[in-house]
Amino acid sequence: MEIFNHNSNVPFLHWRKISIVIAILLMIASVGLLLTRGLNYGLDFTGGISVEVKYDHTIDIADVRKALDQAGIENPVVQSLGGSRQVLIRLQPKGDGKAGAAAPGEGASARADKVAASVMAALKKERPDAVENSHSFVSPQVGDELKSDGSIAAIFVIIGIGVYLWIRFERRFAIAALATEVHDVLVTLGVISLVQREFDLTVLASVLAVIGYSINDKVVVFDRIRELFRLSRKAEPEEILNRSINTTLSRTIITSLFTGITMAALYFFGGPQVHGFAITMLIGIVVGTLSSIFVASPILLWLGVSKKDLMPQTKDNPELARRP
Amino acid sequence: MSDFPRWKYALVALVLLFGIIYALPNAFPPVPSVQVLATHGAPLDASVKQKVADALTAQKVAYSGLAIEGDHLVADFPNADVQAKAADVVKGALGDNYTVALNLASTVPGWLRAIHASSMPLGLDLQGGVHFLMAVDQNAVVDKQEERYADDIRSLLREKNIRYESVTRNAQRGQGIGVVLRSAADRSAASDAIATEYPDLVVRDGASTGDRFLLTASVKPEKLRELALATIRQNTATLRNRINALGVSEPLIQQQGEDQIVVELAGVQNPAEAKKVIGAIATLEYRAGIGYPGDPRAVEAARTGNVPPDANLYYERGTNRPVLVSKRIIATGDELVDASSGVDQQSGTPKVDVTLSASGAKKMLDFTSANVGKPMAVVYVETVYDTKIVDGKEVQVPHTTQEVISDATIQGVFGKQFQTTGLANPKEASELALLLKGGSLAAPMNIASQSVIGPSMGQDNIQKGLRAVLLGLGLVLLAAAIYYHLFGLVADIALFFNLVILVAVMSMIGVTLTMPGIAGIVLTLGMAIDANVLICERVREELRNGSSPHAAIRAGYDKAWATILDANVTHLIAALALTTMGSGPIKGFGVTLLIGILTSMFTSVTVTHAITALIHGNRKLKTLSV
Repeated sequence: MEIFNHNSNVPFLHWRKISIVIAILLMIASVGLLLTRGLNYGLDFTGGISVEVKYDHTIDIADVRKALDQAGIENPVVQSLGGSRQVLIRLQPKGDGKAGAAAPGEGASARADKVAASVMAALKKERPDAVENSHSFVSPQVGDELKSDGSIAAIFVIIGIGVYLWIRFERRFAIAALATEVHDVLVTLGVISLVQREFDLTVLASVLAVIGYSINDKVVVFDRIRELFRLSRKAEPEEILNRSINTTLSRTIITSLFTGITMAALYFFGGPQVHGFAITMLIGIVVGTLSSIFVASPILLWLGVSKKDLMPQTKDNPELARRP
Repeated sequence: MSDFPRWKYALVALVLLFGIIYALPNAFPPVPSVQVLATHGAPLDASVKQKVADALTAQKVAYSGLAIEGDHLVADFPNADVQAKAADVVKGALGDNYTVALNLASTVPGWLRAIHASSMPLGLDLQGGVHFLMAVDQNAVVDKQEERYADDIRSLLREKNIRYESVTRNAQRGQGIGVVLRSAADRSAASDAIATEYPDLVVRDGASTGDRFLLTASVKPEKLRELALATIRQNTATLRNRINALGVSEPLIQQQGEDQIVVELAGVQNPAEAKKVIGAIATLEYRAGIGYPGDPRAVEAARTGNVPPDANLYYERGTNRPVLVSKRIIATGDELVDASSGVDQQSGTPKVDVTLSASGAKKMLDFTSANVGKPMAVVYVETVYDTKIVDGKEVQVPHTTQEVISDATIQGVFGKQFQTTGLANPKEASELALLLKGGSLAAPMNIASQSVIGPSMGQDNIQKGLRAVLLGLGLVLLAAAIYYHLFGLVADIALFFNLVILVAVMSMIGVTLTMPGIAGIVLTLGMAIDANVLICERVREELRNGSSPHAAIRAGYDKAWATILDANVTHLIAALALTTMGSGPIKGFGVTLLIGILTSMFTSVTVTHAITALIHGNRKLKTLSV
């Protein structure tokens, strides 16, 4: 069975100006979204208290809000967790940050237990079938540390991969891969910001995994580019790059589909804990696949990749040749 | 004409067999159980078993198993809710002489356990429990050090008859101690004295105005770093001691980064109980001893309850022998600076070296000068605060336990530094050193984050996780078989074995399985098939280019390999970075991904090649089913 015509020769690089412009626009839009709307940081990053509640029967989010409101619990964030029977209630730490920041610790954590208990009491009053699944407390300091750790990890990944590609391929490949990588991460974060999906630790893990996944895709195409450059006698870069994308197209899309299938299974059956992870991965797969086809190679062409950069290093040194 | 060497078949067969055996324990789910351990020398025999059985039957708690295994009694229950109730019933029936802990009893058969095959430990999100992240206040360590040095410098200057105006800590933390002297000569004398007495201090002359000559002594940065490290290690050890007393089976107490400690207690549903123990305040008291542990007088006092008015009756830690201790306190834990274990040069026996602060040293010197040859006891006092509701108000009720951790004869006159010798073995010495230091808990700790996960949620997560893995796997298997026919089926077998080997390796290393870890497994399965897609596409290409089937297989594997290697190495770099991210959900995911990439390289390439060679090996082929 074959979905793709193996003789296809879609002129992807012919459209490079359009695709690059779209990629740049998407990046700008994503940065704009991140700056204006920001990410809907989860408890892991903001600190505060969260209570996860499960009901035996369907519950309306509005009813939960009303129940909390009546009990005098201020500014709760109520979210549905997959389906209509589980909700997550989030509360920011009290004391305007100052008191909470100066002395978190045992006092704050004991208060968290009390808050969780009062939330449950309020919900049980309205609906006796409410059961506490879990509750957590995170101090704001921990959240700040995580944010910086996450950024460091992302930068480490990108640089590590860049160095590897530089050694295995060539400088231009490393630069093209990194530029596309930055694009993928930004656009993925942009989509998360656009839909205001909660950004927690598992989503961060997923974003880092997207980097791994999407670089995988690029490397496969780059590998083919290197191979075709070495094989062909007269290598017209645009043609070689286009042929590489076309010959690997079937693989690029099939792999994305297969990985997408597993992530969809995770999304629909894995429960609310991994929702964020699966959806982020799905977004990343789409973005990464498209950028492998439309963005990475045009950058490579623009950087001026040529046959001679990719030939295996030969002994003849121009310095030596010049000597008599 | 097979191009696949025989030794590789053997390797593949061996690895698959190994994978199956070591993954197998995970097919035996552990059952919730309650573990009973006897303390204070109480018996654990058939009568205790009967007592537990009677109590459970009386409260209508159904149990599926009850047996004495070695030094503990284990009762199995059908689910976590019953388990929690049963623990309360058993606790009530047996009283204080037994610790009752929630546990997950393994159902792995003995022959698997004999070859060290065990199932993956489950994370808190899969079995319920409490998680704490403790932040150690390193500032307090610096404060304490600087205050102590200020104290010591004062008494040193007095001792050397150097007149000073003031010795105070500088306003900013970590900036050292400011000493103000009256003359330049005094200053250089003080500088020399401090430098020789305290090599860990850096002494610098400061600005002098009129008759005020300033000297600054600051703690060396490497000493501070060393202290910070020692502090967190000591706090971790102290926590471990306390949590062991809580009776949680297999608690996780782990240092994370420079100033955090992760505590995970599986099965515990009430964080208040755990917090109480973690937040206990411990201190030490050096006291004059009256006799030795197990003395006839002490035994008599323990039997009759007639304790002399100037003494307390305590028990010795470990041996539980009664001992009489004078009420007079010589020095307390606050005055203890350091305790470390080592070996006595003269006798070759284990010892513990103790250093006291200046004020403690003076009191110790006074006491020992008059009491050589008499016993001295170290009493360990631990205070736990219970919150009780009295008249509608919350009242903190302290609950204190005291025990003697060391009782030795004073061999000579000593003050600042002394040693306890005659300890039975190095382990005992290091335990004593730890307890002594634990008595002056190195730095206060805060709970920086906590989460409580209910047991039913854990069950729920396991089911959902399992369903997601099986469904994800099933769908990919189906898709691959449809798209690549026979080669797809071969890839399917490899993918299935990838899951088996991944689980086997994770079980062997003892990776804790968490929900993000399961997500990592699913992602690994989805991406592992990529190598096979690459190979299959290459084989198709080769066939289109007119290669013979055998040549197409060979060229397909050869050419795809370079690509697979490059793609996986870059992916590996990403996974490696994930594993460096603390110990939270990201790490669990990263570790799974890392192992998954490595196993998938083996199964997707070597295993499929072996099967393909086996199928097509010696046959003449016209076409390939790919």
